[in-house]
Amino acid sequence: MAYTEQELEKELQNKEYEYGFYTEMESDTFPPGLNEDVVIGISKKKGEPDWMTQWRLDAYRHWLTMKEPNWANIGYEKPDYQAISYYSAPGTKPKYDSLDEVDPEMLETFKKLGISIDEQKKLAGVAMDVVIDSISVTTTFKKTLAEKGIIFCSISEAIQEYPELIKKYMGSVIPTSDNYFAALNSAVFGDGSFCYIPKGVRCPMELSTYFRINQANTGQFERTLVIAEDSSYVSYLEGCTAPMRDENQLHAAVVELIALDNAEIKYSTVQNWYPGNKEGVGGVFNFVTKRGICEKNAKISWTQVETGSAITWKYPSCILKGDNSTGEFYSIAVTNNYQQADTGTKMIHIGKNTKSTIISKGISAGNSQNSYRGLVQINKGAVNARNFSQCDSLLMGNRCGAHTFPYIEAKNKTAQVEHEATTTKIGEDQIFYCNQRGIDTEKAIALIVNGYSKDVLNKLPMEFAVEAQKLLEISLEGSVG
Amino acid sequence: MLNIKNLHASVDGVKILKGIDLEINAGEVHAIMGPNGSGKSTLASVIAGNEDFEVTEGDILFEKANISELSPEERAHKGIFLSFQYPIEIPGVSVTNFIKTSINQVRKSRGQKDMPANEMLKKIREKSALLDMDRKFLSRSLNEGFSGGEKKRNEIFQMAMLEPKLAILDETDSGLDIDALRIVSDGVNRLRNKGNATLVITHYQRLLDYVVPDVVHVLVDGKIVKTGGKELAKELEERGYDWLKEERAEMT
Repeated sequence: MAYTEQELEKELQNKEYEYGFYTEMESDTFPPGLNEDVVIGISKKKGEPDWMTQWRLDAYRHWLTMKEPNWANIGYEKPDYQAISYYSAPGTKPKYDSLDEVDPEMLETFKKLGISIDEQKKLAGVAMDVVIDSISVTTTFKKTLAEKGIIFCSISEAIQEYPELIKKYMGSVIPTSDNYFAALNSAVFGDGSFCYIPKGVRCPMELSTYFRINQANTGQFERTLVIAEDSSYVSYLEGCTAPMRDENQLHAAVVELIALDNAEIKYSTVQNWYPGNKEGVGGVFNFVTKRGICEKNAKISWTQVETGSAITWKYPSCILKGDNSTGEFYSIAVTNNYQQADTGTKMIHIGKNTKSTIISKGISAGNSQNSYRGLVQINKGAVNARNFSQCDSLLMGNRCGAHTFPYIEAKNKTAQVEHEATTTKIGEDQIFYCNQRGIDTEKAIALIVNGYSKDVLNKLPMEFAVEAQKLLEISLEGSVG
Repeated sequence: MLNIKNLHASVDGVKILKGIDLEINAGEVHAIMGPNGSGKSTLASVIAGNEDFEVTEGDILFEKANISELSPEERAHKGIFLSFQYPIEIPGVSVTNFIKTSINQVRKSRGQKDMPANEMLKKIREKSALLDMDRKFLSRSLNEGFSGGEKKRNEIFQMAMLEPKLAILDETDSGLDIDALRIVSDGVNRLRNKGNATLVITHYQRLLDYVVPDVVHVLVDGKIVKTGGKELAKELEERGYDWLKEERAEMT
C-alpha cells in the first residue's frame, strides 16, 4: 500500500473536492471521518452512476447545514461523526471461526428463540459452509417472484438495474433534506432492499430480509424502498428476533414506501439491536426515518415490535395524499434496564375521507424511559378525515418512566379525531392469581404482557408473531425482583 | 391431607389469624363459616401462600410435608387450588390460553411434557360442558367484563381442569344466582372423590345445601370457636353468629 491510513485521512481532509476527481482508496474499510471525498468514495466503491454520486453529495452538503435534533425525550452523548468509518466492503471475513468463540449469553438467547445452528452462525458472524437448502430456497423464491414481475433485490443492484425507478422514487417521500439522520443516510447509505410490485400483482409470499443474501455490513446506514403499483399488494418483513450485535453504535436507516392507487403495503418490523448491558453501557443508537405515501384508496400499515437498541428514535409515518386512503400504525415498544425509546407515528391527512388508526403499546421496565410521540394532522382539504389513536403504557417496577406526547392539528371542521390513553401497572394480585394456578412469576409476566400486546401481535404475520411473543418474554426476563 | 397447627398470621402488623388448628382428610368436605372480618379469606390466602400475609407462628402441613416456606406456585404444583372470592382480570389472555398455560406449568413441575393439543381440547370441552359454559366464553379475555356468576363458574372450570387434591372455595357462592349456584355446586360435587378434599369458605349456609360438608368450623376473630357436623351450619343460619361471639367473650 502506498500510504498509511492516517496519511490518507489527512490527505482527504486537506484536499479540496473537485467534481469528477476521486481519490482511489485501496483499503476495504475507510478510515474514520466524513467529508465529500468519503461520500464520493462510497459511491465509486459501489460503482454508482454519476447522478447517484451527485444525489449523495447534495444530501451531504445539506446535512452540513443541519443540527442534530434534540427535541426527543432521550438523553445520550452525541456521536462524533468524524470518528465513524462510513464504508466497509461487504463480505469481509467472518469475525469468528466457530460458535465456541461467541458470547455464551448470546448463544443462550438464540437457544431460547429456537434458532437453528446454521442461522446462529450466520447471525453471530461465524464462518460457515454454504447451506444447500437455503440456496435452493432463495433460488425457488426468486423464480416465483420473477414470474410475477416482482423485483426484490438490494438497493445497490436496483441503482444499477432500475435507475429510472430509483430516480423517480428514491427521496420522493423522504427528501434528502428531511431531517438530520435522513440526510446523513442519503449521503452515506451502504445498502438495503428494493422491492417493486407491478400493477395488479398480489405478492404471493411475505417478503423478508431473511432471504436476502447480501446482508453483510449493510446494517449501519440501511436504505429501503418499496414501490407498490396500482392495485398491488405486498407484505414486507424486516428485521429479526435474534439479537443483533453490531460494533457500529450509530444506526440511521431510511425506509420509503410508495403505495399507488388502490395498492396496499404491510410493513412489519421486529427490531432487536443490542440494547447495551444491564448497567446501560454500550448498545446501538437507532435513528430511523420511515415514511410512506398513499395515493387514492391506498393503504399502508406499519407494524413494529421494538425491543432492542439503547436509543430508539423512530416515527413510521403515513402521508394520506389520495382520497379514501388509509394509514395504520401498530406498535409495541419495550424498554428495559437503561434503554430509552422515543417512538410513535405521524399521520398526515391530505385527501378526502382519509382514515388512520394508531395503536401504541409501550412497556417499560428497569430504569428505562419509554415515550410515545405522535402527530395527527388533518389538512384543510381532508374532508371527513378520521383518526383513532390508542396509546397504552404498561409499567413494571418503580424506576421506569412512560410518557405520551400526542399532537393533534385539525384544520378541517369535518374531521373526527379520537385519542385514548391508559397507563397500567402489572398488579401483584394478577401475579398471585397466576402463581396460584402454578404459573411462576416470570411466566406470569410474559402471559400478562402478551395479553396486553395482543392487538398489535395479531397484526404480524403468523410465524413472526410467535417469534415476537417469545422475544417479548426474553426482553423482560429478570425485570421483576 | 391438610394439617394446620397453631397458625398465626398478620397483615401489615395486624394479627388476623390467632392460632388455627385444622385437619382435613382425603375424601372430606369441610366448611369454614364465620362473620365478616373473622379471617376466613385470610386463612384461604395463607394456605395458598399469598405473601401479603406474614405467618408469625405455626405450620401448614400438606400430605405430611411442611409447605410453610413454599411459594404459591409450588403449592399449586402440589395440588392446592384456590377459587378466588374476587377473580382477577387479565386483559388479552383468553380463558383457554390461561388454563393451557396453567396446566402445562403444573405438568412441567412434575417432569411431564406439555399436554398434547387434542387431549387439551377434549378436556376443555368435557369440563366446560360439565359447568354448562358457552364455548364462546372460552375465547374471551380472562375475567374481563365477566359477570359475578361467570367469574365463579370460570374458577370452578379451572378447578375441574386442574383436578387439585385440595380445593379451597373462597365465597364461591357470592354473586351467584340460584341457577348458577346449582350448576357450580353440581360441578364441585362431581369432582369430589376419595382422593381429594374440599374446604368451603362461606358466610351463608346456602351453598352448603348443595355442597354438603362433613365438618363445619366456625371462625370468629381469628380462631376456630366451634366445630360440628352439617347441622351446625343450620344452627348458624337460624341463630346468627352473635351467640358464638358472646360465648367466646365469656371464655376469654
